[in-house]
Amino acid sequence: MQRMIGTQIILQALVDQGVEVIFGYPGGAVLPIYDEIFKQNRLRHILVRQEAGAVHAAEGYARSTGRVGTVLVTSGPGATNAVTGLADAFMDSTPLVCLTGQVATHMIGNDAFQEADTVGITRPCTKHNYLVKDVDDLARVMHEAFFVARSGRPGPVVVDLPKDIQLAEGTYTPSDNSTHRTYCPRVEGDSVQVERAVDLISNASRPIIYAGGGVVNSGPRASELLVELVNMTGYPVTTTVMGLGSYPGTDAKCLGMLGMHGTYEANLAMAHCDVMVAVGARFDDRVTGRLDAFSKGSKKIHIDIDPSSINKNVPVDVPIIGDVGNVLGQINTLLKQRLSNSDPRKLDQWWERIEEWRSRNCLAYQKSDSVIKPQFALERLYQHIKDLDVYITTEVGQHQMWAAQFLKFDAPNRWMTSGGLGTMGYGLPAAMGAQIAHPSSLVIDVAGEASVLMNIQELSTIVQYRLPVKVFILNNEYMGMVRQWQEILHGGRYAESYVDALPDFVKLAESFGAVGLRAEKPAEVDAVIEEMLNLDRPVIVDCRVDKKENCFPMIPSGAAHYDMILGLDDESPEGTDQGLALV
Amino acid sequence: MEEEKKHRHTISVLVDNEAGVLARVIGLFAGRGYNIESLTVAEVDEIEHLSRITIVTSGTPMVVEQIKAQLDRLVPVHAVGDLNMSGPHIERELALIKVSGSGDARVESLRIADIFRARVVDSTTKSFVFEMTGSAEKLNAFIALMKPLGLVEVARAGVVAISRGVDST
Repeated sequence: MQRMIGTQIILQALVDQGVEVIFGYPGGAVLPIYDEIFKQNRLRHILVRQEAGAVHAAEGYARSTGRVGTVLVTSGPGATNAVTGLADAFMDSTPLVCLTGQVATHMIGNDAFQEADTVGITRPCTKHNYLVKDVDDLARVMHEAFFVARSGRPGPVVVDLPKDIQLAEGTYTPSDNSTHRTYCPRVEGDSVQVERAVDLISNASRPIIYAGGGVVNSGPRASELLVELVNMTGYPVTTTVMGLGSYPGTDAKCLGMLGMHGTYEANLAMAHCDVMVAVGARFDDRVTGRLDAFSKGSKKIHIDIDPSSINKNVPVDVPIIGDVGNVLGQINTLLKQRLSNSDPRKLDQWWERIEEWRSRNCLAYQKSDSVIKPQFALERLYQHIKDLDVYITTEVGQHQMWAAQFLKFDAPNRWMTSGGLGTMGYGLPAAMGAQIAHPSSLVIDVAGEASVLMNIQELSTIVQYRLPVKVFILNNEYMGMVRQWQEILHGGRYAESYVDALPDFVKLAESFGAVGLRAEKPAEVDAVIEEMLNLDRPVIVDCRVDKKENCFPMIPSGAAHYDMILGLDDESPEGTDQGLALV
Repeated sequence: MEEEKKHRHTISVLVDNEAGVLARVIGLFAGRGYNIESLTVAEVDEIEHLSRITIVTSGTPMVVEQIKAQLDRLVPVHAVGDLNMSGPHIERELALIKVSGSGDARVESLRIADIFRARVVDSTTKSFVFEMTGSAEKLNAFIALMKPLGLVEVARAGVVAISRGVDST
């Protein structure tokens, strides 16, 4: 028990929680905290250029390390600018603590300068939030915020800090990290359900494992156990966009990503399986397609730490609430005893069917010598980076889906993308955060020219901190995914999806103090990638790709998940009319 | 998709009595499109600062399961009970009913109030305020009878509920 000023309590709590880096932007309501930051050297502050950048950077930091990302912004506009990032972290279960300044307690509700109802605004897009009205609650709330952010299904937590509380004297209490009065997520799976799951798993003849971001969030041990499970059973694995890397993408048992732009073999295997093992995945609409047609003949096992994910969209037969790592451990232990006398050839027929689907080669595209196909650019990029220590972030759109299809990840925490919220502008600041966490690793933001402009100001931060982030822009001058939907669903009427007057990205890079490179012909792509990788500086590559290339395969919205369009010559599946109303 | 049948559920939520907790619960219902038919809230434990929120909602079994899971993952929530799933329970509602009139109608309202065991808690020469507790159906029946007799206005507290027997809700 120690008497301290509020700002000292805040800093002490951050240090006690193991925070090393905080992403932020100063302002009137957080000046006392910044003053305290100025006086110490235990915490490193990264000054962003806009608060959204701070939150996405903290997301990149959190997801590439498995630690809680920390953000500090001022009241009012500082907090409202952070909202998109908070909503993004909420959807993608990213652990964050965001400290927001607030006007003094006696001013709250008076429409004071730079006042916003931050807890009101952020309530639906955070896991939890606090307004600290008594300095003696401050230490407890700070510790609780970190506990809540990282426990159970991780998520963002906001702590709103009125200026008078920052300056008041109070008592510091060290953290009691282990428990919470009310919030105690279940981590061990129920043994009866685990037993039932093992029964289903050991008797399946057409099984599939459907792994999601929960495997990554559970930690590297969960991925090891997933690999162990696959090695024991010989089951095929497909991963969600959030789950890429949770199982080695280069392994033959991996069918790649599933869902709207997933592989043909992954979606067909999901449709025709008899036992589906959903591991830390949430049956998102991008995965299921039309719900009443989703994998009708299968028994479904669902492992998830969040009970509200179970039976939300798809009713399951065996729900197991618990941490993926723990539950997989329980399942594997039981399976080891069961499988010793099973027939190793019993999945042969199933694998034959899968190989047949795989032989459709659904990611094939029309090669060209004259224009750079975006898929080609990513294939080449992958060839150059596959053996390197690399972290990839993306923006949102076609380039994101191509990156998910063409880049392979053999380990978790290497791939960071805005999966749930689909936030354009995520990738550049997220890459910045990942690079802060891994200063000597290669960090690449695979970007589209439209998305990257949404948070381009963070290039200034990247240059300030000498972060050698690489931005690989697939520049087609369109909001590519919007244009693709307009082509397929809206009769080719490209309403407002073409961006006139784009910047010259090479000059833009130079103006910020970064390096700009350009590739305009397929023959130039390799040299440009090599040059980018050889530079120990921030680089923007303006890769001018085919303007009208579409991302296939595609399950049009409203269609069943086995009704994939493999290319424009393909017949459109039924049901797209209702799909028009769907996102 | 076949339309699943909606059922009425009375859900009892024990929460920390802290600022914003009701907004969290109501915001969850509004944001996720769940239905609220009745809502009551009051502190039930002064020492531990606990409040009980009783919500009457309706939905398909899948939606009701979602509602409970979503409520349970709110940080200040201690316990979520579904009174329709955990055996027999008692539901009560309180209403204050103002009726004005004279002559036969006035006498008649008092007579019906007696039958319904409603108490007169305020009286003028032209009006009564009746206090009544009971099931929502009983209250509805009484209010319907008061309409032709000079019903002025009604204030209702919403449903409170508790499980029967020795176990906690």
